[in-house]
Amino acid sequence: MISYDIVVIGASAGGLYALEELLGILRDKIKVPIVIVQHISADSGDSLLKIVKNFSTIRVVEPIDKESIDRNQIYLASPDYHLMVERDKTFSLYMGPKENFCRPAIDLLFETAAEVFLERTIGIILTGANNDGTKGIKSIKDFLGLTIAQSPLEAQVSIMPQSAINSGSIDHILTINEIGNLLIELLKE
Amino acid sequence: MEKNKEYVDNEELEIDLVLDALLKKSDFDYRNYSRAHIKRRLSHRLAVSGFSRFSELIPELIYNPDFVRQLLLDLSINVTEMFRDPEFYVAFKALVCPYLKTYPFLKLWHAGCSSGQEVYSTSILLKEGNLYDNSQIYATDFNVDILERAKEARYPIENIKNYTKNYHEAGGEFSFSDYYSADSDSAILSNDLKKNILFSFHNLVTDGAFGEMNVIFCRNVLIYFDKTLQNKVLQLFHDSLVPGGFLCLGSKESILYSEVDHLFEVISRDWKIYRKKVH
Repeated sequence: MISYDIVVIGASAGGLYALEELLGILRDKIKVPIVIVQHISADSGDSLLKIVKNFSTIRVVEPIDKESIDRNQIYLASPDYHLMVERDKTFSLYMGPKENFCRPAIDLLFETAAEVFLERTIGIILTGANNDGTKGIKSIKDFLGLTIAQSPLEAQVSIMPQSAINSGSIDHILTINEIGNLLIELLKE
Repeated sequence: MEKNKEYVDNEELEIDLVLDALLKKSDFDYRNYSRAHIKRRLSHRLAVSGFSRFSELIPELIYNPDFVRQLLLDLSINVTEMFRDPEFYVAFKALVCPYLKTYPFLKLWHAGCSSGQEVYSTSILLKEGNLYDNSQIYATDFNVDILERAKEARYPIENIKNYTKNYHEAGGEFSFSDYYSADSDSAILSNDLKKNILFSFHNLVTDGAFGEMNVIFCRNVLIYFDKTLQNKVLQLFHDSLVPGGFLCLGSKESILYSEVDHLFEVISRDWKIYRKKVH
């Protein structure tokens, strides 16, 4: 069975509820790095970081430029910076133009992660009201990684997971509970 | 389309060749910029131009001077605002200004000053701290067009609301409107804020040290560079600072992952203010 080296997650409207539930299931059961883009307004400071820290049992950081991607960590994209992966498996922060009206944009994280971690990438699209992440999911699929969308029936806002599903690049359409259990199953060591 | 490591390696090769061509045709060296950043901007140009491979940019670069200019514009990012990250200014006032007050004369350098908003923010900060009259500020960038805009100090009026909010959050004690005059679409900063600033061309990639600075500001510039170039530029900053001089980076930048880590001490961990060690 193939093993995976990174989990990338994109979430937008309603995402904090979904992340709280998902991280509550994962607790400290998986060791591979988890990298999250949650859309949030540019001036929100470290409020997102504080909230996610509250519902995670493992260390959560907003990576700074050139920080290496390590196990047993959750990385959260900072407001107003794109987060990308470089080929030496470090993070790059980027103030380039918004994509899909977003900075951070899910597509940038997913596309750069896929090019570095190749088929050992798991990409997950959660609830949201736009189509950011759809191109990223396609990239992950192009490199034969694993792609998951939250069930649009369960998602607070179905547009973002539905857009990813419509691209034809999603392997599994699951509830948060099922996503959590699948990740534990795939990534337990 | 199914993709693999060979596909990524081939694209990297194409990008290497594009950047070589760009260097030869423009004298601007982007080879040691963050590769993910470069690839994103080049991909944008590919999509707009209707090309499918990066190497198709090469003949355009060789034979079409307008395309060279276009690509340089694509690669130039100028995101800035007055008193950007207001808490940085609060920290600077509390932790750095007391040291600056012990000098009879100050030299400060804004490296990569873009359109100048953060330079003028420094002018205001120094003015309100009674340091401005004894200060010389050097503001440099490698983009001559953006330097001209910085010298003009004319900014869209719709930005003023945000600048005013930032100014007050940064601890500004007066009315921000004292610092500019407005016409129908622009705010023009007062000449007084310009008089101690010297704008000039300087390319961090190719040019050398800029001597005897008390403070260097280089905020959200290093994120565009790869580790090799970051190390080179940080060494250049170290060489340009007086012993005990201060280096201010962007809030998501750090010397932690560089080779100059041991040459500085941390003054503000959150706001990335460092001091060059005396010994």
